[in-house]
Amino acid sequence: MSPQPRLVELRHNVFKKNDLLARELRTRFQEAGVQVIGLVSSPGSGKTAFLEKMLTTMRPHSRVAALVGDLATENDAARLARSQAPVRQIITGTVCHLEAEMVQQALEGWNLHDLDFLFIENVGNLVCPASYDLGEELRIVLLSVTEGEDKPLKYPTIFNSADVAVITKSDLAVATEFDWAAAESNIQSVRPGLPIFRLSAKTGDGMAPFIDFLRSRRSAGIASA
Amino acid sequence: MHELSIALSIIEGVSEEVQRLGGEQVTSVRLKLGSLSGVVKDALLFSYQLACEGAPREGSELIVEESPAIVHCPQCNTDQILVSLQHLRCPRCGTPTPEVLSGREVEVVGMEMIS
Repeated sequence: MSPQPRLVELRHNVFKKNDLLARELRTRFQEAGVQVIGLVSSPGSGKTAFLEKMLTTMRPHSRVAALVGDLATENDAARLARSQAPVRQIITGTVCHLEAEMVQQALEGWNLHDLDFLFIENVGNLVCPASYDLGEELRIVLLSVTEGEDKPLKYPTIFNSADVAVITKSDLAVATEFDWAAAESNIQSVRPGLPIFRLSAKTGDGMAPFIDFLRSRRSAGIASA
Repeated sequence: MHELSIALSIIEGVSEEVQRLGGEQVTSVRLKLGSLSGVVKDALLFSYQLACEGAPREGSELIVEESPAIVHCPQCNTDQILVSLQHLRCPRCGTPTPEVLSGREVEVVGMEMIS
């Protein structure tokens, strides 16, 4: 007689390894007093332009740095290096998202105590990055006015996983007949209460309130630590 | 498409359990998949077969149990099953429900094993 299979009950979180590492990173970031901000969006929404403007604008007053994820090329890191801020590229090869382990490796040799803000730009993708915690304190989802108002409804999971939404390329809103009310209503529908900022990295419009928001979040984090 | 790496993580987790329990062969693996997990069931089933090929878990079946997201309605003060991912609101009274209690899980909840 062949042996009968037996049922075994398990509780194994498939993301356990990543989640544990992300938790370790989060503790390290908090202890060092660095505010870590993850950026997610579809390709071409203006993440790198936004980040370049953020680094350049914030650098005179704050110690800022960035990690940038891409499937290939170091173009983004080279572009961001113009801001004079420390920048490292993470090349993922065929992987469509960043994982906590990649962040941990990319941080090697950096003293986190020397930083006030660290930005982590994920691979341009509105699906896969949603599942991977990187230990960031804030996850920002970017949506550009050229993408259309219904993106949040098409990709509810990533919008639901975010802490803030930023609508970029506001200088093109008129040309694209972007419907702000519809876009913001769609965001609120998939993630009620999500703070939304409108800005243009090109003209600098709307950047100041957003930077103030990040600064106040960091101060609040330090006060409660 | 991150389902292949998720399939590999499932296989890795199952293999650890099989070793720990002194089993040999696995006929099926049961997975609980939350509707807000960002993981696509069909892509995962396909990836699982691919990941098992020529490996010790070949021939095992992945059984995916989809679980809906549970949200808390601050108005009704009850937990409700979310009807649509596009509309995070209470199915009873329509109040927005930012608080998500479950639905993000990707969890191996059981397996059929031959010792």
